[in-house]
Order: sequence, then C-alpha cells, then structure tokens
Amino acid sequence: MEVTATYRDRILELHLKGELDHHGARGLLTKLEREIEATLPAELVLDFSGVTFMDSAGIAVALRGWQRMRELGGCVKLYHVAPQPKKVLEAAGVGRMMTVQ
Amino acid sequence: MQRMENYVTLEFLSRSSNEGFARVAAAGFAAQLDPTLDELGDIKTAVSEAVTNAIVHGYPDQLGKIVMKLKLLENNTLEITVRDWGKGIEDIQQARQPLFTTGGEERSGMGFTIMESFMDRLTVKSTPGRGTTVTMRRRISARIKR
Repeated sequence: MEVTATYRDRILELHLKGELDHHGARGLLTKLEREIEATLPAELVLDFSGVTFMDSAGIAVALRGWQRMRELGGCVKLYHVAPQPKKVLEAAGVGRMMTVQ
Repeated sequence: MQRMENYVTLEFLSRSSNEGFARVAAAGFAAQLDPTLDELGDIKTAVSEAVTNAIVHGYPDQLGKIVMKLKLLENNTLEITVRDWGKGIEDIQQARQPLFTTGGEERSGMGFTIMESFMDRLTVKSTPGRGTTVTMRRRISARIKR
C-alpha cells in the first residue's frame, strides 16, 4: 500500500492508497510512528479515500495512531471511509474512540 | 447435513501476498449466489481474517500449506473452510476473545470477532502441533429477480 504524508498547521495527514490488510500494512505502523515523532502534530488525519479494502490490520493502525495522539494530547480523524472499512471499524468499536467519516 | 450444490478447493502457500488472492477467489465463487456488495464485502473480510490467521499464527516461522474450500450449500448458503497444518491453537476460547492476540503490535486481536460478526456461524477446530480448521457459513439473502 502507498502512503503519502503531508504536514500543515499542526495537522499530519496520511493518505492511504491500496488494500489495508496484513500484507499491505507491512511497514505502515513504523511509517505512522516516524511521521508522528517527526512532526508532533495536534491532529492526525488518516485519509481513507484510496483504501479499496480493509480488514483488522487497519484496526491496529487506527488504534496505534489513537494511542500516540492521546500521549501527545491530540486527536485522530479518519476521513473518506468507504462502507466496507467502516463496517470493520464499527465491529471493533473504533467509532467510539475517534471521528470516522 | 446440508446438500452440497457446488464446490471449489484451493491450495496455496502461506505467503501474505496470497491474502488478497484468497478473498478475491472467495468473492468470485460467491458471485453465483448474486450477493449484494455489502455481503461480498463481509465475505472478503472474513476470508481475509481466516487466511491471515493461518499465515501469521499457523506458520509463524515457516511457510506451509493452506487449503481453502468453498462450498455452495442449499438455501443460498456459502460455507468457507480454511485449514492449515501449522502450530495450532492451545486455547481456542482465549483466542476468540476480542483484543486477545499473540501476534504482536501489528495485530489487533479482532480477527475472530470480525469473522463472528460478519458470518452467520463460525467453528474453530485446532490441535496444537497439528493445525487449525476454521469453518464459516453465511446465508446470502435472496434478491428479487428482475
């Protein structure tokens, strides 16, 4: 999976593209943590508009982001989440912890 | 015992690149039941979890054989079996608990929970040192034919 990071006005935005499964997510957690460490943002945005499939590997990524941002006193927002990934996130109760749109 | 109308058996190596192949194959087989996009998404997600479990937990330190059987039973029911001959699960009840994982930080521990909530029925059989068989069933709703 392809990840593009942009940082502006204390908002770190990661654009995810491809299939977010165990195979596709390899290296994504490390990339996520590195970008957070480097920018120390107030808000983390995960842009799901390019995600064509997601399973529980995506839950691990969202929860890690949430954990790191909580330590920094910031928040996480998941944008442009398609119905299939949304259902997976809902099954894990992730919608109660962060904004999913 | 439900009558079987059709079946496909697939054997593949426990490489993570086969996760995508397995779920697309399952969706392709399920297509003959005329499922909705939502139902197809559920099937793909559940297959992805079962196959990933076999790859990550069945064969953590080696490559091994995975067999996926897709069956079409009467009553518009799809049965999916994913079998490995790997490490096996010591405590199935514990493994099925939400958030429990032995897979490290890249795993969420939600695999079985998702399989359970996305399918109608889930059975897990395992013998430590011998392997694991996961069987899932999902009835596809009949749609009004035009």
